[in-house]
Amino acid sequence: MRPLLTTVKAAAVAAAVLLVPVIASVDARAQEHEVIHLPDTKFTFEGPFGTFDRASAQRGFQVYKEVCSACHSMRQLSYRNLSGIGLNATQIAALASQFQVQDGPNDNGEMFERPARASDRFRRPFQNDAAARAANNGALPPDLSVMIKAREGGADYVHALLVGYEDPPPGVTIAEGMHYNKYFPGHQIAMAAPLNTEGQVEFADGTKATIDQMATDVVTFLSWAAEPELEQRRAMGVRMVIFLTILGGLVYAVKRKVWANLHQDTQ
Amino acid sequence: MPEGLHESDVKNPVLRWVDQRLPIISMVQREYGTFPTPRNFNYFWNFGALAMISLAIMIATGVVLSMQYSANTQLAFDSVERIMRDVNYGWLLRYIHANGASMFFIVVYIHIWRNLFYGSYKTPRELLFMIGVVIFILMMATAFMGYVLPWGQMSFWGATVITNLFSAIPLVGNSIVTWLWGGFSVDNPTLNRFFSLHFLLPFVIAGVVFLHIAALHITGSNNPLGIEPKGPQDTIPFHPYYTTKDSVGIIVYLLVFALLVFFAPNLLGHPDNYIPANPLVTPAHIVPEWYFLPFYAILRAVPNKLGGVAMMGGALIVLFFLPWLDSSPVRSMRFRPLGRIAFLLFTANFFVLMWAGGKPAEQPYILIAQLATAYYFAYFLVILPFLSKFERPLPLPESISRAVLKHRGGGPLPAGATAKPMEKA
Repeated sequence: MRPLLTTVKAAAVAAAVLLVPVIASVDARAQEHEVIHLPDTKFTFEGPFGTFDRASAQRGFQVYKEVCSACHSMRQLSYRNLSGIGLNATQIAALASQFQVQDGPNDNGEMFERPARASDRFRRPFQNDAAARAANNGALPPDLSVMIKAREGGADYVHALLVGYEDPPPGVTIAEGMHYNKYFPGHQIAMAAPLNTEGQVEFADGTKATIDQMATDVVTFLSWAAEPELEQRRAMGVRMVIFLTILGGLVYAVKRKVWANLHQDTQ
Repeated sequence: MPEGLHESDVKNPVLRWVDQRLPIISMVQREYGTFPTPRNFNYFWNFGALAMISLAIMIATGVVLSMQYSANTQLAFDSVERIMRDVNYGWLLRYIHANGASMFFIVVYIHIWRNLFYGSYKTPRELLFMIGVVIFILMMATAFMGYVLPWGQMSFWGATVITNLFSAIPLVGNSIVTWLWGGFSVDNPTLNRFFSLHFLLPFVIAGVVFLHIAALHITGSNNPLGIEPKGPQDTIPFHPYYTTKDSVGIIVYLLVFALLVFFAPNLLGHPDNYIPANPLVTPAHIVPEWYFLPFYAILRAVPNKLGGVAMMGGALIVLFFLPWLDSSPVRSMRFRPLGRIAFLLFTANFFVLMWAGGKPAEQPYILIAQLATAYYFAYFLVILPFLSKFERPLPLPESISRAVLKHRGGGPLPAGATAKPMEKA
């Protein structure tokens, strides 16, 4: 018995020793694949109690409307959804009516243009993917509806990408029509820096439109667009956890009481 | 009382009338009320009930989700987003269903771990165990097809990779794949049949679960000591003792579930599945859901495709033979000093496989996966069959009640009570 145990222990030690070079080579491998470290941007919606900063989200919508929406669709969203970032019905109706959308066919069988209503989906910049590619040097600008959920790193990644444009380091050549970005995997991105000038967007509330500010705001807006249920979800979660904790205490007390009788009986 | 009726103890006249003709109340009373159950279960024995709860939650949320979902390649992704945005509490239903799959697998993996540690697969519970393995395999099929339904990038490419495995079968492989797909690639017919089967299989699972429980109620449960109850002093009625103990486990399970659903609903998912499926763009790394990773690692550990598929299948099939592969008559690893070490290594090894399965298919991950695969099979095919030849198990307690009372310090025991020689050295 004892010698056997010793043997097993010795085998375990031997296995551990053999594994060391393997683990070391894992480390070496990790350096070959470049790991991009994303800066941690502080957002109000982080953490279990975080909420969306409405003012920031509204500014972000303005950035989307004036900059991003030239190329990027958000086809899962309707104008009516904007009530979620604090716009009222009148504001939404006025906003929607700025956009012309196609409707029809009418009684003559023809399609026609009309101002958008609150119930319409966000107008798409291109009729179809082929048109989008044709206008963008062959690259397809992705839909932004769930972009924050569709990328590793989420909000931090999109923010980093938006502020991560810089001149390529010496020795790095960039293909025709591509751009260097510190945080994009592979560093070559077809999209030119969308936020490139301070004051590119004029915020009605007087907030200074620095590139970082515009990026933070638009990421707040996109995060809300990807998870419009987030605040309701977490609020429900907090109530749920409190409820289950109390119920758990009661259930455990009942269990103890039931089992206490059993222990008495047997002793 | 007219002839031919069941003799019922139910007092309420209406229920009694029913019970005399369909003794369902008597049955529940017998199988879940007074059912004699070993008195020494620990909390690992919660996980059967938890698996049951998981299945019920998955079926309940799934049926409602299916009312809003469109199984069409053009509509599926958007219909899921519509559930998330426009259906009342649709986000809640979908996140419960998506995370419910993970919770189901966590629960079932712990249930299986408990089975392996306490030797519950041994005689007389071999068939009970084998039915359990069938449930596990059905669960994997159901989960795989469910993951395809949102029609994101991982849905599409996961389906492509996994269905392509069948092409490794000699001669008929490619025909089988075409038949599975309903075409020449993963496309609308594939999505349609996966939806149909994803709806059907949970009810098949429910049926097999019934067999699992029926078999359980013939042999009764194993227990942490791995010795059979020797009389009424070793058992307690299922209700109220284990109904209350299971309730405690259910609350803890719901707490973990709630933390996932409400605070980290996408933690266990892959971001790529929020990108609509695109047959022209392959994701950088195609990874299955976490609960498939150990088997995915075994698949990729073998350089030959057919070999990999055979090994992956074998990793599940070997479980069917486990009751006869383990030659030790002692069930519980508590009393197997060497078996316990081998099994704890097996447990750690399973996590190594899970980790390696999530890594790219390159060195050194392949080598690690190969070593881990070797140990996975060695545990079943070499260690368990031969270990008992030289393992000396610790002395088994004389009975469950004696062990329980000794554990609780309930007074002096008769001399020699614990010094009984073990059943077999």
